[in-house]
Amino acid sequence: MNMSELLTAFLLIVGSGFCMIAGIGVLRMPDLFTRMQASAKAGTLGVGCIVLGVATNFQDLKVAAEASLIIAFLFLTAPIASHLIARAAYFAVDTKNRRLEHDELAGCYDPDTHTLASERPKDGVWVRRDVQEIDD
Amino acid sequence: MILAKALMPSDGLQLICSIALIVLGIAMFLTVYRILRGPSLPDRVVALDLLAYFATGAICIYSIQFGRSSLLIVAVVMALILFLGTAAFAYYIEKRANP
Repeated sequence: MNMSELLTAFLLIVGSGFCMIAGIGVLRMPDLFTRMQASAKAGTLGVGCIVLGVATNFQDLKVAAEASLIIAFLFLTAPIASHLIARAAYFAVDTKNRRLEHDELAGCYDPDTHTLASERPKDGVWVRRDVQEIDD
Repeated sequence: MILAKALMPSDGLQLICSIALIVLGIAMFLTVYRILRGPSLPDRVVALDLLAYFATGAICIYSIQFGRSSLLIVAVVMALILFLGTAAFAYYIEKRANP
């Protein structure tokens, strides 16, 4: 094995290791949001390492362009996708009634239009209904 | 149609490709377990998203192992399509929460 194949092998091992960490994290983490952290970060990094390994293996301009396209798509869309899922799950019915350890967003969302404010409004108009129920 | 000549890797790299595929397969099994078990719908969507990532990585490893760089187009398309499914799931989950 020459130098480029050694680099490819290293990138493949590291990438599949990160994918394995992502799988274990999704299996073992206790909460949806912690699971999502393992999935989004470790999974993206692992697949990115594998695609870099493809680019170093073939050493061709076309393959390098395709590999950078894959990495760009993954790294652009993965944070957006996990943000959308996290936002939807925060509002969803089956996770809304489960109490979280820290809910720093409590009361910051408008319950009707789902607009986010950086801090709780002073007049208390935007307090979520379930937070009020828990306080009662 | 002229296929590109296969650039076969050496024996050591083929062994490492097989090992990486086996590790990815074990990670896929763990993710499928979370899809089947997952208590809520967002859990299943997150696990399905991760499974599609793993499939993209597995296609890339296949393209190294068989020396066919033309398989990478499939991975490009998959990286594009994967986002749309997750966005659609998120849209309808949020719709269902506040109808």
